[in-house]
Amino acid sequence: MKTIILKTASKYLLPLLLLFSVFILLRGHYLPGGGFVGGLIASIAFVVYAFANGLEQTKDLLRIHPGYLMPVGLLIAFVAGISPMFLSALPFMTGEWFAEPLAVIGMVGSALFFDIGVFIVVVGVSLTIIFTITESA
Amino acid sequence: MINHIVLYPILVQLFFAIVLLFAWNSVRLQKSISIFGCIVSLALSIWLFITIWTKGTLTIQAGNWEAPFGITFVADIFAATLVLLTAISGLAVSIFSAGTILRARFKFGYLPIFHFLLLGLNGAFLTGDIFNLYVWFEIIIISSFVLITIGGEKKQLEGAIKYFTLNILASMIFLTAIAVLYGLTGSLNMADLALKVAEIENRGLVEITALLFLIGFGIKAAIFPLYFWLPASYHTPPPAVMAIFGGLLTKVGVYALIRVFTLIFVGEDFLETIILSIAGLTLFSGAVGALVQNNIVKIFSYLIICHIGFMILGLGLYTEAAIAGAVFYLIHDIVVKTNLFMVSGLIYRIKGTFSMRDLGGLYAHYPMFSLLMIIPLFSLIGIPPLSGFWPKLALITESFKIGNYWLIGAVLFATFITLFVIARMWSEVFWKDGPVLNKVPNFRYFQLLNKRQKLQMIVPMVFLAMVSLYIGFGAEHIQRLSSRIAVELMNNQLYIEAVLNK
Amino acid sequence: MEFLLALVTGLLYAAGLYMMLRRSLVKLIIGLILIGNGANMLIFLLGRITKGLPPIIPEESKVFLEPYADPVPQALILTAIVISFGLQSFAIVLIKRAYKVVKTDDLDQMNSTDEYS
Repeated sequence: MKTIILKTASKYLLPLLLLFSVFILLRGHYLPGGGFVGGLIASIAFVVYAFANGLEQTKDLLRIHPGYLMPVGLLIAFVAGISPMFLSALPFMTGEWFAEPLAVIGMVGSALFFDIGVFIVVVGVSLTIIFTITESA
Repeated sequence: MINHIVLYPILVQLFFAIVLLFAWNSVRLQKSISIFGCIVSLALSIWLFITIWTKGTLTIQAGNWEAPFGITFVADIFAATLVLLTAISGLAVSIFSAGTILRARFKFGYLPIFHFLLLGLNGAFLTGDIFNLYVWFEIIIISSFVLITIGGEKKQLEGAIKYFTLNILASMIFLTAIAVLYGLTGSLNMADLALKVAEIENRGLVEITALLFLIGFGIKAAIFPLYFWLPASYHTPPPAVMAIFGGLLTKVGVYALIRVFTLIFVGEDFLETIILSIAGLTLFSGAVGALVQNNIVKIFSYLIICHIGFMILGLGLYTEAAIAGAVFYLIHDIVVKTNLFMVSGLIYRIKGTFSMRDLGGLYAHYPMFSLLMIIPLFSLIGIPPLSGFWPKLALITESFKIGNYWLIGAVLFATFITLFVIARMWSEVFWKDGPVLNKVPNFRYFQLLNKRQKLQMIVPMVFLAMVSLYIGFGAEHIQRLSSRIAVELMNNQLYIEAVLNK
Repeated sequence: MEFLLALVTGLLYAAGLYMMLRRSLVKLIIGLILIGNGANMLIFLLGRITKGLPPIIPEESKVFLEPYADPVPQALILTAIVISFGLQSFAIVLIKRAYKVVKTDDLDQMNSTDEYS
């Protein structure tokens, strides 16, 4: 699938899709969206890039193996989950919120960090799956 | 007052699984972290157990959403006991893995997955939400799929396909049952479900849902007509994996059966008849299956099925003493089955084969090991002072009380066949002068291992044998524990009150 | 609508079971996927279908003013979909490996683990 159209388009689609995935991630608390969908969109961005430019180039672009993203994301989600236990002695996974809303993002709380963790895990898992299947095919 | 302690066994396993993922590249570091993590988990489980024993059932609402709307985690004495047993078996298998699993398997993330499996087990025991139970079951089966296939030998992949298909089918049936139950009651919290299911007037639908649960959990627990995946797959992975599978995976199905049928679907005569007949047939068919096999691991696989029958029988009789017997058997069985598969791993390391025909002469060459191996083998049969005897006694007495002589026959038959099979194994593997075997090239025989690896194989077996001996000789303590569990299970009002704060 | 969905659910279960009973590995996976989708559809159907707003209470009031859609079935389905996503990708890799190693996709040929040894 090495057509010039896809190749050119993928160059612009990659940042656009990544930006869109972050947008989906951030709106996820009250509206449709969230970490899982955002992560899938982000991995689609890389998959489109891999279709157009080949697997090797995509790996160079990512620099690290996507498998390394899994423990990082899990750790972020885990810390977000246990943070209320240490901050205010509330049960696991209770929402902890900053008092003031941040510009652009809005209210920030442990739920957002949990979603970021999920986002990273999903990117790591789906890219690992797709890369492994592509390599062995 | 918030009881964070209920979640500690889950969180600590998750934490160590993540840490192990970070240590992906260093096998030596992974082994130390895993053993350390299991020790921490054991300490926390003991703490949880003692707390529950003194204070009674504790609950925590994840996310601080009130029951029945949020996900509740409930640590009653039954769950705490099983978490403790998971930690004991987990520690033993973790040490045993460090000594026996090949380096190549560690490279593919054996240990992180092992800890995810323990995470799933702890979660399944502690959760009080039926859909959450489904999620924990999925975590368990996904981890077990990886453990059963890791290494990618031909027989492993073949076994994995059978294991995989039937377990996914079981999950789908379980999910279907949850869907119907949610449609009937509009709730997922198990305590709330217990109240709402009792009020439903359309008993036909309730019975069908109960049957769906019975089939879904039954496949996982390997009861009579649904067990064919177990002997086809359990003998394929390395012995350490077999040990954790044989010890805990089928038992989590039994746990779910006991939980659901003492809490939610209570007092259906029709179900009791079905469960009792299934129990009898499981005892019978597992025993007959074990009788004809020659491979020691396959014999143990069939004995797992056979002994699941005892626990299901206790559930079916549904009296306090019978449930106490079933719980006692569950406690005894987890420890003994884990140990048995480790024993078979040691025999395999010494001789290089699982076939009874080729084995022999172990007693002459390794008298101390034989003494060590005799403890789980004889506990399994239930030679009086050892642990298998007491629960069987309770089950037989209870069967006498309802006057069902078929069941007594099945229990005695299963016990007798177990005795026969183990005695035959004893004479074939230990007493007989075995044929001289050709040395398999590149096989790491026990004699060739270094001292640390030898210790890593022996120490967990000694540890579990001690636990087994304690269960046998300290039967009074275990009996008191299982009677208390049985009282709590029979009066589901206690559980409901603890969860819903009524 | 309910009637149609019930019909579709039944069809998915039936087709899934039929595919699972075939002897080919690929059809086995397709069968599992179909049954999974059937189960999701069943949760959706039994969670009562309501045309309504998302279940979020407006800031100025304390209770729901208008009929709302039950969010629980959707959460359950999402969870089940995520889980089956993982399981299916595992299954596909597994059958690929098994096909390479065992050199057949006929389930009847895969009986070496059941044989007496």
